[in-house]
Amino acid sequence: MQVSSSIRPPLVTGGKTLHDVTNDICRHVEAKPNPTWMIAFGISVLTLSYGLYNVYRTLWYGIGEWGLNKTVGWAWDITNFVWWVGIGHAGTLISAVLLLFRQKWRTSINRAAEAMTIFAVLCAASFILCHMGRPWVGYWPLPLPNTFGSLWVNFNSPLVWDVFAISTYLSVSLVFWYIGMIPDLSTIRDRATTKISKIVYGAMSFGWTGGAKDWSRYESVSLILAGLSTPLVLSVHTIVSMDFATSVIPGWHTTIFPPYFVAGAIFSGFAMVLTLMIITRSVYKLEDYITLEHIETMNKIIILTGSIVGVAYLTEFFIAWYSGVEYESYCFINRATGPYWWAYWCMMTCNVISPQLFWIKKIRRSIAATFIISIIVNIGMWFERFVIIVSSLHRDYVPSSWAMFYATSVDVGVYINSFGLFFTLFFLFSKFLPVVNMAEIKSVLKSSSETNSVVDFKSNVHSH
Amino acid sequence: MSVSKHFILGVFDDEDVLMHGVHDIRNLGVKIQEVFTPYPIHGLDENLGYKRSRLPMAAFLFGLTGCTLALSMMISMNGIDWPMNVGGKPNASIPNFIPITFEGTVLFAAFGMVGTFFVSSGLAPWSKPVIFDKRSTDDKFIVAIDLSKNKLSKDELSQILMSHGATEVNEKEL
Repeated sequence: MQVSSSIRPPLVTGGKTLHDVTNDICRHVEAKPNPTWMIAFGISVLTLSYGLYNVYRTLWYGIGEWGLNKTVGWAWDITNFVWWVGIGHAGTLISAVLLLFRQKWRTSINRAAEAMTIFAVLCAASFILCHMGRPWVGYWPLPLPNTFGSLWVNFNSPLVWDVFAISTYLSVSLVFWYIGMIPDLSTIRDRATTKISKIVYGAMSFGWTGGAKDWSRYESVSLILAGLSTPLVLSVHTIVSMDFATSVIPGWHTTIFPPYFVAGAIFSGFAMVLTLMIITRSVYKLEDYITLEHIETMNKIIILTGSIVGVAYLTEFFIAWYSGVEYESYCFINRATGPYWWAYWCMMTCNVISPQLFWIKKIRRSIAATFIISIIVNIGMWFERFVIIVSSLHRDYVPSSWAMFYATSVDVGVYINSFGLFFTLFFLFSKFLPVVNMAEIKSVLKSSSETNSVVDFKSNVHSH
Repeated sequence: MSVSKHFILGVFDDEDVLMHGVHDIRNLGVKIQEVFTPYPIHGLDENLGYKRSRLPMAAFLFGLTGCTLALSMMISMNGIDWPMNVGGKPNASIPNFIPITFEGTVLFAAFGMVGTFFVSSGLAPWSKPVIFDKRSTDDKFIVAIDLSKNKLSKDELSQILMSHGATEVNEKEL
């Protein structure tokens, strides 16, 4: 009994049966690492090592190793932090928001996207720890009584909100991701042939058997976690934006920041998902699961969020003039024509113009074009944060304190560190864990695949 | 001495056949122990007569706890124990406390609910599951019937399972 829709193309192509799905996804976990993986993983570890050397320099010699000065107190560190947190948001959007909207195409990409979320938030957290200068007292923003008295943290500060938001986001995302993986881990456990994998996947699958009662509870848990994660993900980038918006720095002190940041986060996150998925599907031969339809759908979200971001840029500029506040208008004219004009126009080109190319169907459905634009978008989004942070700070109220920010090799190295960390974790994940959610793919196989006979329907058995 | 249990396992290949089969088999008065499936099937829990999970209620109560704890923590620390004048705002400035209250609510609701789920379903890294048929995590749907809980004989149960679409019937003793 094949239910096919004439309007919607199938989510899974290639005439897969339930058993094919298991085989296709488990193959990568069970096989020995292939040479491509070994090389890619090796490069990631080398990158991470070089990055860790720079982190070591930052911690040993202090953040004077960075190009910061008295005027520009935040630069690459916070730019990278906001960039990585933003990237993480797409994973939650795919796993939670699209679940609530019953968008079944999410099933092929949610696992990898959630993994991306977790690794991206870890990268973001690494910048927060580094920029503290003394990470060994990194617990100070927690509400602990100060050893010098009973002074507590200031709960009016968005920086303290951030501590709670990021740690809640990381831990809830981790739980959501892991819960979703338990049924798939039990599939790997039941197929395991070696003793070690039997023990390891046995423990990791938490004794899951797939009983109807457990599935019923599992579904409730997934739905509630999605319902909790949806406002959570909005709150996280809202709070990140408030780190800026509650200050009195021209260019930061705007009410538009929360929605503008959230849209930007989803925009860059989807771009990163596309970059990763295009690589993953070709390395692991998952073209039947992550199809051109998936890529096209994500490109449509890129058009939407990219346009929101574009409107936000124009609104900011308009309000800077319309408000009549001299400092605010100067800040924006300085962004576009001052010493950081190149960063501003790079941001404008990458974020506002490049996604508009996706209106053309041919580009939207071209894997090469999507791959290139997805990287351009993330370059643009990095520059957005750089422009917001550095161009607002570098020309202070008093012209005598005007300064420029020049990145040092350690600035670059610490940024490289986050890439090393991200890709090392991502490659470990893609080798040892199922990159596609098998159980969820199986659940949409019957209603949306090219499979004509998942199994012969026994019409003689009942007469409903 | 543990009493050994004898199970009849009906193996199904298709979710629709399984759904109708389970419904009809139960109508015949056969008591089904549990059905094992590789993916969640909507409506199967109702077909088996399971009540709706109360986990959402647990999540709500844990969330309420988190909300109360976070808000009272901030009011007691910044408002009572060590008041600080921040921009002339009230010491216990509730609007400023909302973000962390929200995060606390979400954290407690999520972890509390997941913890409850693990406990009620007996999921833990050390738990030793009873696996009736390994194929149930791959591509087969397994209907497990406890012989001792049914009046019908082994052969009659096999007959019923086969006539309702099972592709094979196995036995398992625990």
